[in-house]
Amino acid sequence: MEPTIQVDLKKIDDIIARYHGNKEALLMIMQDISDIYSHVPPAIIPILVDRLGVKKSLIYSVATFYKTISLEPRGKYIVSVCTGTACHVRGAEKITETLQQKLGISEGQTTSDGLFTLKAVRCIGCCASGPVITVNQETYGGLDRTAAEKVIDDYKHSPLNGTA
Amino acid sequence: MAILTNRETLEKFQDTLKSAQSQGKKKLISLCAGSGCGAYGTAKVHQALMEELTRQNLAQDVDVKLTGCHGFCEKGPIMVIHPEGIFYPQVKPEHVSEIVEKTIKNGELVSSRIFKDPATKSKITLEHDIPFYKLQQRVIFGNNGLIDPTSIDDYLAVGGYSAMAKALFDMTPDGIVAEIKKSGLRGRGGGGFPTGIKWDSCRKHHGTRYVICNADEGDPGAYMDRSLLEGNPHSVIEGMIVGAIAIGSHEGYVYVRHEYPLAVTNLTIALDRAREYGLLGKNILGSGFDFDIHISRGGGAFVCGESTALMASLEGNPGRPRAKYVHTVEKGFKDGPSDLNNVETWANVPVIINKGADWYASIGTQHSKGTKIFSLVGKVVNTGLVEVPMGTTLRTIIFDIGGGIPKKKKFKAVQTGGPSGGCIPERFLDLGVDFDELSKVGSIMGSGGMIVMDQDTCMVDVARYFLDFLKEESCGQCNPCREGIKQMLDILTNICQGNGKEGDIEMLEELGAMIQKFSLCGLGTSAPNPVLTTILYFRDEYEAHIRDKKCPAGVCKPLFHYEIDPETCTGCHSCALKCPQEAITGDKKKPHQLDQSKCIKCGICYDTCKFDAIVIR
Repeated sequence: MEPTIQVDLKKIDDIIARYHGNKEALLMIMQDISDIYSHVPPAIIPILVDRLGVKKSLIYSVATFYKTISLEPRGKYIVSVCTGTACHVRGAEKITETLQQKLGISEGQTTSDGLFTLKAVRCIGCCASGPVITVNQETYGGLDRTAAEKVIDDYKHSPLNGTA
Repeated sequence: MAILTNRETLEKFQDTLKSAQSQGKKKLISLCAGSGCGAYGTAKVHQALMEELTRQNLAQDVDVKLTGCHGFCEKGPIMVIHPEGIFYPQVKPEHVSEIVEKTIKNGELVSSRIFKDPATKSKITLEHDIPFYKLQQRVIFGNNGLIDPTSIDDYLAVGGYSAMAKALFDMTPDGIVAEIKKSGLRGRGGGGFPTGIKWDSCRKHHGTRYVICNADEGDPGAYMDRSLLEGNPHSVIEGMIVGAIAIGSHEGYVYVRHEYPLAVTNLTIALDRAREYGLLGKNILGSGFDFDIHISRGGGAFVCGESTALMASLEGNPGRPRAKYVHTVEKGFKDGPSDLNNVETWANVPVIINKGADWYASIGTQHSKGTKIFSLVGKVVNTGLVEVPMGTTLRTIIFDIGGGIPKKKKFKAVQTGGPSGGCIPERFLDLGVDFDELSKVGSIMGSGGMIVMDQDTCMVDVARYFLDFLKEESCGQCNPCREGIKQMLDILTNICQGNGKEGDIEMLEELGAMIQKFSLCGLGTSAPNPVLTTILYFRDEYEAHIRDKKCPAGVCKPLFHYEIDPETCTGCHSCALKCPQEAITGDKKKPHQLDQSKCIKCGICYDTCKFDAIVIR
């Protein structure tokens, strides 16, 4: 069961206003909503229909077409393992394996404490530093197994975790 | 803040900035804050540097600039101290105090931090003497290391926006198009279509015209566009304005990946500054010409690099391509004539306008003019972004600039052109890289991704990797691409798992030919290339997988195992210490044993052994 999310209407309207209510900006609006809630909560979809004057079906079709949008809740920290070609030949698969073991989840899943979501992403453009992972917007390069585990440990024990 | 209302005020302001810089007091520390160096921790180095300068009372005498990508990402974070150009690679916060004390304060070198050339082992002090930089011609990329991308004044000080002024006041739209045609500039995104011809056909169509920058750099392994947008966003903006003047467009878009947050930030800042200065928006420089640029953030779909898909995405729809019976230069974004060029192409435009088409056309080969930025990555010593004249050989790029293959391993192939390209074997290393040469051997130059592969790379796995990528990225509209790629991937996966059978190779070839012929868009028509070129040049590896059930490179787990060669094992025990399964045992200084029943083939022992005693069988 998805936890009920309190939708802050003001925040949603602020985001929409940022793009002048322009329906062409639907994808960006959903990306900004994801920055707040880690995903696009279904409760927000009727609001988008109303404010932007678009069909519900368009919202679902955009949300499911683009990888940056999730309709499911994700963790506080989104750990993305770059699986671009350069990282692949330098052993990205080993990093994925390590992180799956470390977090006890498979790719695409979220840890039960809601802290981490593990996903594979296509090239994030740090190819010379591969293998690379990102945690939210921070990038960590030149990783081996030990270094990748350490990144997770640092987030796990971050003092910020208490403050959701 | 300067408001530049005409050409005179622009030129005066540029002069003021230039003279202020040349009389500049002081040392300048340029610290690379591009994404590559950032991944190695530039932010912490920067913080330590600022603290140290304050502590030593030097903050007033030294300028610190966080610049865009210098290109030598392997050695990040990179620090260059000007005016001398002293190059310190891999700077960590703990190195900062010594650098400040010795180099900044006393003008001495920190010998332990000086760059050591991996090939010759000699120490090289200055940035421009390093082989990685020495052999490059950085026409487009050169300013990256000199300017702070968030400062429009930095860009103006190197003559920024002069090309725009020239286009506005000295040239006619016809003249601009003629100049671009004459320069021979071709699209850097991969297609290689002549830019001048594209502009010309766009402006001949009626309606509201749009100028669009494709910054949806989806090609895995290529990141020059990211680095240009992050490091020198004004050069892209200026190029777009020149294009808009030529085409007669008043509205532009940059379609940039959401996964490139720093590029989005720096571009946003650059656009704001340009508007404030009167270089963008209404009545640019008092010329009466209006043009503004919006940012649209893409959502991580490879297919959106295709022009019609990109425009569908710009309109707020899923990015699905359409058949191009009518080209986008006639009917594109919002059904208006739309000119789409990629980041690097736009960044070439101001250079051509400033230095002239003849100068530009003197660089490169007969049909591919100018320079090209390559992203030299994978199994190569000096990874990073490399800008060289078109026609430079693969060997020069990989071995002279790139320093060859690490750990004395053997070169196997170089993959160019991303998922639409192919793998080029050793015997073609002397090919000059341009739009035409690489296609003769079944690959393409593409947007400039160059992924070097060594003896430990399995070519069947690489082919499988690309198809796995493309299967995910196929938009699913047309059958050949959606179903065909899936079938090819199934066959390849079987081969990699040891379930390949006779006839598989031929079936891959047949399916590949079908997908190439009947897919709707470029993603599909080029999708089989990585498979077909690996079959062409590395058929023996496919056969080893299928017939001998062996993966010679030791990548496909079911098809190999590790053994310890008792002849070469020194019994140093380091593999045993690292083995997570405790599968390796043995007395010190005596050959060790590997228990196959415990081994999970993680490869840690193989990577650890300094004596090559762990062998793939």
